[in-house]
Order: sequence, then C-alpha cells, then structure tokens
Amino acid sequence: MKRTIIYLLIGILFGITMFKSEAASWFRIYEMFRFEAFHMYGIIGTALFLGLVTIQVIKRFKIKSFYGEKIHFPPKQKSFARYAFGGILFGLGWALAGACPGPMFTLLGAGFLPILIVILASILGTFVYGLLKDRLPH
Amino acid sequence: MDWIYEPWPWYISGFMIALIMFLLIMVGKNFGMSGNLRTICTICGSGRKVDFFKFDWKAQRWNLIVVLGAIIGGFIANHFLTLEATIALNPNTIADLQTLGFENAGETYMPTELFSSSVFTDIKSLLVLVIGGFLVGFGARYAGGCTSGHAISGLSNLQLPSLIAVIGFFVGGLTMIHLIFPLIF
Repeated sequence: MKRTIIYLLIGILFGITMFKSEAASWFRIYEMFRFEAFHMYGIIGTALFLGLVTIQVIKRFKIKSFYGEKIHFPPKQKSFARYAFGGILFGLGWALAGACPGPMFTLLGAGFLPILIVILASILGTFVYGLLKDRLPH
Repeated sequence: MDWIYEPWPWYISGFMIALIMFLLIMVGKNFGMSGNLRTICTICGSGRKVDFFKFDWKAQRWNLIVVLGAIIGGFIANHFLTLEATIALNPNTIADLQTLGFENAGETYMPTELFSSSVFTDIKSLLVLVIGGFLVGFGARYAGGCTSGHAISGLSNLQLPSLIAVIGFFVGGLTMIHLIFPLIF
C-alpha cells in the first residue's frame, strides 16, 4: 500500500511536469521538429545530462535502492533493424499525433477528450505489433 | 507563488524529469511509459492469442499506477496550476501553422482543429489521431521503448540501441513535419 502511494505520487509529479513544461502540447512537438525553439531540446538535454550523471554515480558507488536492494540496469538487446524501423515509425506518429505515451495520459487528465482516440489507437498499434512481431526484422 | 501558474522553464522541467527517473530507479523500477500499452493489451486478454502478451502483468501494476498518477497530474496542472494555457511559440512556427490551416496556433494548449470535441465528427481529424496513435503504439513496441524509455532512460545509461532509436524518432518526426504535413494539411 505504501509503495502504491509512492508510485502514484511519482506519477502525479510526472503528469504535472509534462503539462507545465508544455512537453504535452502538440504545438511544442511541431515546433521542435521545425528547430524553431530551444525549449524541447533544453528539457530533453537537461534531463539527459542530469540522468547521465545520476546513473553513473549510482553505478560507480554501487548505491542501493531505498529498500536496500541492488540496482540493475539491464542492457538493451543488441540490434539495428528494430531500433531504426521502430524508431522511425514512432517518430512519424509522435509528430502526427503530437503526443508520446506519457503525455497522452496527462492530456486525458487535463480534459482533452479526443486524446482518447490516440490512446486507443496506440493500444491497437501495440497489439498489431504483437501479432506481426515474428514476421518483422529485428 | 505566481510562478507556478506560468509555464515551467526548460531547465526546471528537465530537472524534474531526471528527478522522476531517479525516484523510480531508487524504488527499484525504471522510467518507461510505453510498456504500459503492452500491459493494457495483456489485461484485455491478448495473451490468449499472441505469445508476446503472455506475461505476468501484475508485475507491471506499479507502472499502471504511475500512469494513473500522470492522469491525475494532468488534471491538477490544468485545473489548479494554470490560469491561461497558451503556448509562446516562435512567431515563425505560428505563421507556418496558420498557412496549414491551424488558425489559433499557440493561443490554446492543443490545436482545436485536432483536439476539440468537434473532431469526433470530422473524418480527417479522426484519421490523423488514429493513424498517429497507431504509429506511436506500434513503433514504440517495435523499437522497445519511447521517449522516456530510450531518449531519457536509455541514453542516460549510454545505450547504443537507444541512440539508434532516438535518431529514428527524429528521422520519422522530421519526415512527418516537413514532407507529409504539407500533403495532408
């Protein structure tokens, strides 16, 4: 129960951040792909820089989790095709719908009901990937 | 406290995202949102037909709670922490969007042409949302992650696969905005 509340609070923090940072705005995604503002690059760059330092510190000093467990960073499976093709398809959708899987849910909470269509379609897309998985280059 | 009603600057937002990833790591989890779409498929019963969805979804319940939080966070941010949700876009972007038919670019948080209730009866807008969402779901799972899983978590951990995926995100995004948008709008 206590852990559930922690996950919920982290999620609320994430939702507020996505909305207030405007990373959930379709307009900001469009502007980013036109290279006409630093805003989104600043957000991703700052998160990335701080994230990189954090993870290296956790690894170097073998920092344990809050519950005293060892922290694992499972390496990603080595491949080119799946990341390149999957990435390009994701990018096409990201720019068209102007939303990625986190902000989608934030927008739902913010009251933009048409985002439900995007969410349902993304669940369908995930399902179709599962259907075709073995026939796609990985 | 007036600052809270203003849009957050990029460095605050970037810091918050890194903090969220750090908190998730420190409670023994990881930061990645698209995995939830797979979990939802499994809960809906896809595992009976497709092996890819045969897994113990209860182990991923924590991430669904994070999603629930993201929904609540969106509600709180829009209703209590924002007075006027306009976006200070680059004037060039606004002019460009206006030529594409987005008349009130930046005056609202989302374009009314795609995200007001009237889209439910507009075939073209519906198609844009359906195709966009489908590609996001399909592409994220094919690539094994989305913006949070690859661009933040993966790159922070210096994963080459994530770099390939993020380059793919941009190749796709740039193609959509610069080559396909002029054809559809």
